[in-house]
Amino acid sequence: MTDAVAHPPPSEPRAGLSTRARVLIGLFGAAVILTLLRPFLPDALIRVPEWAIPPLEPALDAIFAWFQNDLGLIHVTRAISGWLGVAIDAAANLLYGKSRWPRLDALPWSAVAGVAAVLGWWLGGWKLSLLAGGTFVWTALMGQWKWTMETMSVIVIAAPVSFVIGLILGISAWKWKRFERAIRPILAILQTLPFYTYLLPAVIFFKVGPTAASVATIVYAMPPMILMTAVGLKKVPPEVVEAGKMAGCTRWQMLTRVFIPSARSEILVGLNQVIMLSLAMVVLTAFIGMPGLGAKLLAMMNSFKLGRSFEIGITIVLLAITLDRLSKAWVVKQPEHFEKGTPWWQRHFFLVLGIATFVFFLLVAQVVPYLDEIGRRQAFSMGKEIDTAMKTALAWDWVQATTNGIRYFFNLFILIPTENALLYVPTFAVIAAVAGICYALGGAQPAIIGAVFFTTVAFFGWWDRAMLTLHSTVTAVLLAVLIGMPIAIWASRSARASRGAIFVCDTAQTFPSFIYLLPAIMLFGISPITVILSILIYTMVPVIRYTIEGLRGVPVELTEAADMAGATRWQKLKNVQLPLAMPTIAVGLNQALMFAFFMVIIAAFIGTRDIGQELQRTLAGTHLGKNFVLGFSVVFMALTFDIAINAWAERRRRALGLA
Amino acid sequence: MRGADFDPRKIKMSDTPVISARNVWKLFGAKPEAYLASMPAGHSYEQIREDGYIAGVKDVSIEVARGEMLVIMGLSGSGKSTLVRCFSRLHDITGGTIEIDGQDIGAFNEKELIDLRRSKMGMVFQSFGLLPHRTVLENVAFPLEMRGQDRHDRRDRALEVIRLVGLEGREEYYPRELSGGQQQRVGIARSLAIEPDIWFLDEPFSALDPLIRREMQDEFLRLQDMLGKTIVFITHDFDEALRLADRIAIMKDGAVEQCDTPDRIVLNPATEYVRKFTEEIDKARVVHAGVLVQEGLTGEGEPVAASDTIQSLARRLVNDASDAIPVKMADGAIKAMPRAEALGVLLGDGA
Ligand SMILES: Nc1ncnc2c1ncn2[C@@H]1O[C@H](COP(=O)(O)OP(=O)(O)O)[C@@H](O)[C@H]1O
Ligand SMILES: [Mg+2]
Repeated sequence: MTDAVAHPPPSEPRAGLSTRARVLIGLFGAAVILTLLRPFLPDALIRVPEWAIPPLEPALDAIFAWFQNDLGLIHVTRAISGWLGVAIDAAANLLYGKSRWPRLDALPWSAVAGVAAVLGWWLGGWKLSLLAGGTFVWTALMGQWKWTMETMSVIVIAAPVSFVIGLILGISAWKWKRFERAIRPILAILQTLPFYTYLLPAVIFFKVGPTAASVATIVYAMPPMILMTAVGLKKVPPEVVEAGKMAGCTRWQMLTRVFIPSARSEILVGLNQVIMLSLAMVVLTAFIGMPGLGAKLLAMMNSFKLGRSFEIGITIVLLAITLDRLSKAWVVKQPEHFEKGTPWWQRHFFLVLGIATFVFFLLVAQVVPYLDEIGRRQAFSMGKEIDTAMKTALAWDWVQATTNGIRYFFNLFILIPTENALLYVPTFAVIAAVAGICYALGGAQPAIIGAVFFTTVAFFGWWDRAMLTLHSTVTAVLLAVLIGMPIAIWASRSARASRGAIFVCDTAQTFPSFIYLLPAIMLFGISPITVILSILIYTMVPVIRYTIEGLRGVPVELTEAADMAGATRWQKLKNVQLPLAMPTIAVGLNQALMFAFFMVIIAAFIGTRDIGQELQRTLAGTHLGKNFVLGFSVVFMALTFDIAINAWAERRRRALGLA
Repeated sequence: MRGADFDPRKIKMSDTPVISARNVWKLFGAKPEAYLASMPAGHSYEQIREDGYIAGVKDVSIEVARGEMLVIMGLSGSGKSTLVRCFSRLHDITGGTIEIDGQDIGAFNEKELIDLRRSKMGMVFQSFGLLPHRTVLENVAFPLEMRGQDRHDRRDRALEVIRLVGLEGREEYYPRELSGGQQQRVGIARSLAIEPDIWFLDEPFSALDPLIRREMQDEFLRLQDMLGKTIVFITHDFDEALRLADRIAIMKDGAVEQCDTPDRIVLNPATEYVRKFTEEIDKARVVHAGVLVQEGLTGEGEPVAASDTIQSLARRLVNDASDAIPVKMADGAIKAMPRAEALGVLLGDGA
């Protein structure tokens, strides 16, 4: 370096390679070399040896036991489960006649459906009325009333409790900065924790049953409520606040008469999320023995009763759509004024109608038992027929040939080879490669975090199973991208198709994840490809949704500029639209990966060999330590991708001047 | 124009001013009190900003007399809203004192403050600040409800003010069902519900389109003639200020540059900034004959009224050949103004 002017600044490395390139070459090089040298490596360098794995599981068990017994947490949980238990039993008594206090008879199904229809009408007109009423009529006619009410009895208690506690915590977070600073990181962690980390603690502290299910549900559904409440309160316009103060409000009046009503929309959006998360969780509590729709679906799928599974699936989907639409309609519902002199029954028309409907069906059901309860014999369930029909259809030669062909091709040429390859690679080579990917995406910080997380997973001692889990998720997400992106690109070309596709995706996202197993099981039965397929369907939703959103969000001037520059459609897509849409697409990709890590655990009951399998086994027992170690193995892998992809999206956004 | 009816001398100086602000400071930043205490005297707005603070209100001393309408003017960001919020203690001030009816409101505890607002103050906001989930009636009755008035009383009172602002028949409407002008009428009605002595209006008509604005100004003048409240009115529109003001305070960078009657502001701008600010104004429409009288002069002919604007006297000024024109003052005394000076105002070459 003689001529300082002609050369690049001294910080640039000599050989013309940037730091970035050298780090990448180093990391991926290490991974490749370690893998090539595998036959010559001692075992201790291929996998973390047994003796090096810290005894975390017994240690955690001991800590939990200490919390529970020595710290007296058990008394707290007993007290909670006492109150909660009474509430849930009361709901169970009213909804499906469980013989507990207040020992009334179950409400007639027709009365519930009638009130739901009136509620739908009030909130969103006749369409919503039809949906809400229809859902319950369908449920009753299909002979699924009891299961649905078992599920609902937990939701009607857990969702309000979660809502109220979330509201109070949200107000506190808004009121006291220090409290907000304290709970923010906790909420961030809670929101990344998948459902299965909630289940076993609930069981251990609250015993198997509805109480444990509702505690898990309450905690799981709460974080968004807290955040939405705080956001809403912060958004109240300053002049409205000042108007309240000038009106001479006391603090309590400010909160109850000014802030909370003004934050109504956000608080109700929070309620919507509470309800939807409650439903999702309640269905999944089937894994800890909570009876209801989830448990039935699980049982039916396990015994391959396709027809019944299908019917229950429809019920769950209808219930999800109904709850979602009702609560969303409430968000946008605005008060309308009445003309002067409107009589009171007209002002309260829907309340009167609702009570009248309820009383009417209550009375009629005494005379017409069919409107009270539909027995198994009377139900219209076509479970057997559908089952036969489906199995016949699946047994048709060409169908079977196709599914078998796909199964054969995927297993033999894609799944098994890649799986074996991943299992072959030494642990530290995988860690180096992961660090390399994170570095390429997000830079040094994500790379270090990724390396630390994966090393932790290695020392947790379930490496091979973790790799199988990783393999399923990544394969499925890659396939989802390969299939979903072209669909999204095609749909994004027309405004109508985009709107339609986003509507479908948004609706699909309200379904409890369980549902996505159904089509996969129907087509491929119980096999590894079923797991992949269910994840694929589940993750395609965010991929499509965010790709469309990203592409539609590209400013019109830019695409027009590209048109004027004479770009072909493909050039425009490649050079203008995709790069600009990439940060948004990355959000979808990230969500897809997170969903995949949830789904892979749910799908484990089909019979996989991965972490999920082991995790589900722990749910039946009391090994909280093992459950945590397994759960966090997955959480750490998921978080690695989450952090790297977010860092990448952030950098892209800044590079494009969008941030 | 109201300026004509107002004679500062009419207000007895022995009367305690309704609002009295002395050396009021309001700084925004990390530790404003400590900063103000350590700040060298005479620090400029820019110097304060370089230290990381914004001088919302900078050493303002001003008094508002009973029944007076003070209009605060200035460009956006000059501190008008901040100053008014100091008067009602929506902002706690950083330095100085503010007295309302002789009481230092800085020393009030929460309860006293709430009582003050419940009994004496009303405020109207630029973007209305209505509660979206309440009907017109409920919005107007809101301050009454807060102070615990019983349902029937507050309904009656609310209906009364709703009638006053011309919103009869809309009592059951929700704010989003009303036009901007109607919404601001609700805001005005709400601020009047408790029969306040002091009325703050922060750019109440700025969000409305010009035609509606004009109509609302007329409406506002009608109300003020009826109610005779002490008013602090903020605007950034000079025409509006001239239409309404007894006195105008012109603000820049948190400080009051000049506070005087409209006539004197246009005739004798205190600073270069005020001169620039008033340059575009047609002075003849602002200045009244009474302001131009000089002692020791006697004019000839029919006297003009002190409240006549120079513009309205244009023909007389041009045609009359005498040096001085007699002016009949508000108290009936006959004085005179020099014709040349009045012509100067008319022709726009200064006084
Ligand atoms: N709460 C606040 N925090 C920080 N700065 C503020 C705050 N309120 C007002 N300011 C600043 O004080 C200055 C005066 O604002 P304001 O009184 O609203 O001006 P105006 O009403 O004349 O347009 C502005 O520079 C504004 O940015
Ligand atoms: Mg302002």
